Amino acid sequence: MNPADNARARSAILARLREAAPADTGTAPGVAAYYGRLATPERSSIATRFAERARSWRAEVVDCTAHNWAEALARIVAAKGIRHLLAGRTTPLAAGIAALAPATSLHWYDETMETFKPVLFDQIDAGISTTRGGIADTGSLIVWPDADEPRTLSLVPPIHIAVLHAHTLHETLYAAMQAQRWAGQLPTNALLVTGPSKTADIQRLLVYGAHGPKQLVILLLHGEAGA
Amino acid sequence: MSAERPTADPRAFKDNSRLVLADPVLRRNFRGAMDFLTDKRAAQFPDADAFAELRDLGKQIRQHALANLPQLLMQLETRLHENGIHLHWAEDAAAANAIFLDLARRHDAPTMVKGKSMVSEEIGLNHEMAAHGIACIETDMGEYILQLDGDRPSHIIMPAIHKTKEDVAKIFATHIPGAGYTEDVEELIAIGRRALRNEFRTAKIGVSGVNFLVAETGSLVLVENEGNGRLSTTVPDVHIAITGIEKVVATLDHIAPLFTLLTRSATGQAVTTYLNVISGPRRADEKDGPREVHLILLDNGRSQAYREEHFRATLQCIRCGACMNHCPVYARIGGLSYGTTYPGPIGAIISPHLMNLDSTRDLPTASSLCGACGEVCPVGIPIPDLLMRLREAGRHSHPAAQQRQALKGQGAARSIVEVVAWKAWRLLYAHSALYALFAWIAPRLRVLAVAARSGWTRTRAPLRPARRSLREQLATRTPLHSRKALRDRHSPD
Amino acid sequence: MNPPIPRHDRPADVYFFATCVVDLFMPEAGMDAIAVLEHAGVRVSFPAAQTCCGQPAYTSGFPADARAVARTQLDLFAQPWPIVVPSGSCAGMIRHHWPRLFADDAALAARAAAVAERVVEFTDFVVATLGLDLTAAQNEAIALCLHTSCSARRETDALRSGRQLLNTLPGVELRTQEHEPECCGFGGTFSIKHAEISAAMAGDKVDALLATGCSRYVSADCGCLLNLNTTLEKRGEPLRGQHIASFLRNRLRLDSEPAA
Repeated sequence: MNPADNARARSAILARLREAAPADTGTAPGVAAYYGRLATPERSSIATRFAERARSWRAEVVDCTAHNWAEALARIVAAKGIRHLLAGRTTPLAAGIAALAPATSLHWYDETMETFKPVLFDQIDAGISTTRGGIADTGSLIVWPDADEPRTLSLVPPIHIAVLHAHTLHETLYAAMQAQRWAGQLPTNALLVTGPSKTADIQRLLVYGAHGPKQLVILLLHGEAGA
Repeated sequence: MSAERPTADPRAFKDNSRLVLADPVLRRNFRGAMDFLTDKRAAQFPDADAFAELRDLGKQIRQHALANLPQLLMQLETRLHENGIHLHWAEDAAAANAIFLDLARRHDAPTMVKGKSMVSEEIGLNHEMAAHGIACIETDMGEYILQLDGDRPSHIIMPAIHKTKEDVAKIFATHIPGAGYTEDVEELIAIGRRALRNEFRTAKIGVSGVNFLVAETGSLVLVENEGNGRLSTTVPDVHIAITGIEKVVATLDHIAPLFTLLTRSATGQAVTTYLNVISGPRRADEKDGPREVHLILLDNGRSQAYREEHFRATLQCIRCGACMNHCPVYARIGGLSYGTTYPGPIGAIISPHLMNLDSTRDLPTASSLCGACGEVCPVGIPIPDLLMRLREAGRHSHPAAQQRQALKGQGAARSIVEVVAWKAWRLLYAHSALYALFAWIAPRLRVLAVAARSGWTRTRAPLRPARRSLREQLATRTPLHSRKALRDRHSPD
Repeated sequence: MNPPIPRHDRPADVYFFATCVVDLFMPEAGMDAIAVLEHAGVRVSFPAAQTCCGQPAYTSGFPADARAVARTQLDLFAQPWPIVVPSGSCAGMIRHHWPRLFADDAALAARAAAVAERVVEFTDFVVATLGLDLTAAQNEAIALCLHTSCSARRETDALRSGRQLLNTLPGVELRTQEHEPECCGFGGTFSIKHAEISAAMAGDKVDALLATGCSRYVSADCGCLLNLNTTLEKRGEPLRGQHIASFLRNRLRLDSEPAA
């Protein structure tokens, strides 16, 4: 569509809205007040509550620590028969992932998706990613893809393995947005991921594994921040 | 399902609904689906007060957004520009389709993969693109099933609820090469996944709707379970999103309560698998994501609803579908009968603005005003009130006193017979002496018996007035205390 | 369980606003409601000039006609007495919709509000204010369903009151029909404009009532009762619905009206 048409449509629509807009623009909604009134559960149980919720969405939650998560990952890779694992090269996880048994062929997401498509779509069994945190209320992961861990890493492979530090858990989406200051620094794509993909489009029967990952494994790392 | 299908035209509402009412299988499918969704939602809102508090917040957020709509759209425009997202404005369906066509041609794209988008249905995108040799491939499992079958969505959240798994088995076996016939739902979904994977991989353009726009951050927020929305907006080179001008909210933190209201009201889930916040195309250092992101903002009649104070609340809608899930009319006739993109109570209040009151004249009356829709609406839209106001607008050529201008098709449902009937009613009921005479005559002449041809008596015995009206009986009654005491108290007629 | 319904002081007098449907189609419900009120020691005043709350025209898109009729009802309730209405939907119309009907005239709106705030649905009044002594009621076993109109359910407290009343009546076994909260399909002119859809709703409601095996159902809304009873009659089913006031009068063994 040519720019002149677009400009015309823009001014016509905005003119109609401006003419009709109320003089009183109302008061700002009390979002903070609402969340402030909600009861806050004990922080000590947040990981347990998160895991319970995440499992209710058929995520597998594996409790581990900063010291033994790589071994836990190795067990998962073996148990699921993962032969091709995809990861970002320069994440804090890279060293632990690289130490996996040689039976697994490890792929780093080093090239652009366009040239990587044959491997990404046809070979990779699982993608492993970091997370920016989690939400106890709903059992959700906060995933912010970036140059090192692209969007498709957690999307195209049939299995998504996510590493989550318990100290990055928040009670609600609202609390996470506030604490992590989302509004000022959103990446090109920010995600909440809750369980593997699913659908109930055929006769309301719930099936996991629609178009996104069929399995979601969460390595829940307990212990102090930075440990 | 019977061979004859409801037509996509609201003028056929009565014929359409007759077709569905006569189909016991379809009616069972709808009832089963509605009960399922109603129960699931109820489980998400066990506490009425807690729901009311959250709903009030959702309503405040949407009302605040609408009160500030022009400013928020300007702010959104600035932020989108900063984020590298191209913004297009479309006054109507034709303009929106022209934008799609232009982008498809510029990118030499023979196909587009589509995430679920009701606004794309509203503009008839698939049909328009097909006319220019461009294939739009639906990737939401429900929409995909319908597209293969040449059918239409009957629900805005669960588009294929009118199909059984046997229906889907037949559709897949017929239309997907090598699929074979299976009624196993896991296997059916696996077939759909396999069939669509290659489309995601090769399509140059991905199309999506938008659940919320955030003015503060210039973000497009998408809510979904299947992952097809993420794939459509991530893998193709170009992402084109389309939505209505009303979908914007002021700040990112407004998304938190709206998201939970949406998922709990729509499918009774505490959360969906994905909340997808898109704030820009692939950056230079990133390895995937679309290289171009376009957003089309569609008016298509929304500014008419916006213009009128009493109809503006229509635009608060977050498209959860709870009103249809709880509507006893929708449960009987299903979504296809409405003949509009948006069925059910929300369809009845928004379609007259998107289309006109002439072609949609039967929709506002297709409600017993039971109030179930308004009760469950997560953003407090007074749907029964809006239905009544549309009934009024349909029956009066001149706009009501509070209206700024006539609506499109204002007065189209006006009939002299109906006008005269209400004038006669008014004459009788506003003059007590006349009414008293009528109440004396009516039982004797039985003049109030509803005419046989009215449809009432097809399934009901005729309605007949009592032999003596209450007032007549009271006039000759001995009250319990004393006749005199009571008579003194009666005001003289 | 629901919290108890608040009780008010029992007034010596009440107005009775019968509604047009009761007046012409179900006068026995009005007579029975008055008998119950008088039995409880309340004097009942029936302003003879009353006609209709205006709801039929209002919901059909003719608010000016509705207003003209409702306007004439504003003058009828001079004393500060409660106004008892044996119909949830008419009580709801007055309480919730008269304010909008008279919104553009402050003086009328104030008068409408003064009437509206005194309007109380019959069952609510019986339960919350009358506090009838039910010990003397007959206790013959009966299986009963309660159908509450949508307006009564959403715009008054009649659902809670109705259940409470029936649950405290000796001998009454209250059964719950499938999809109990769902509309019966009456909806005023809806039942004529969309007769087939309305009939499907009424048919399903009747099926649900019959499936409980109840020997009677009661309701505090005559629109629903007419809709469902005529459907049952057309089908040749013996089940019938009764206004809750009529059922109550019968259980309290209050004399029926002397033949006039």
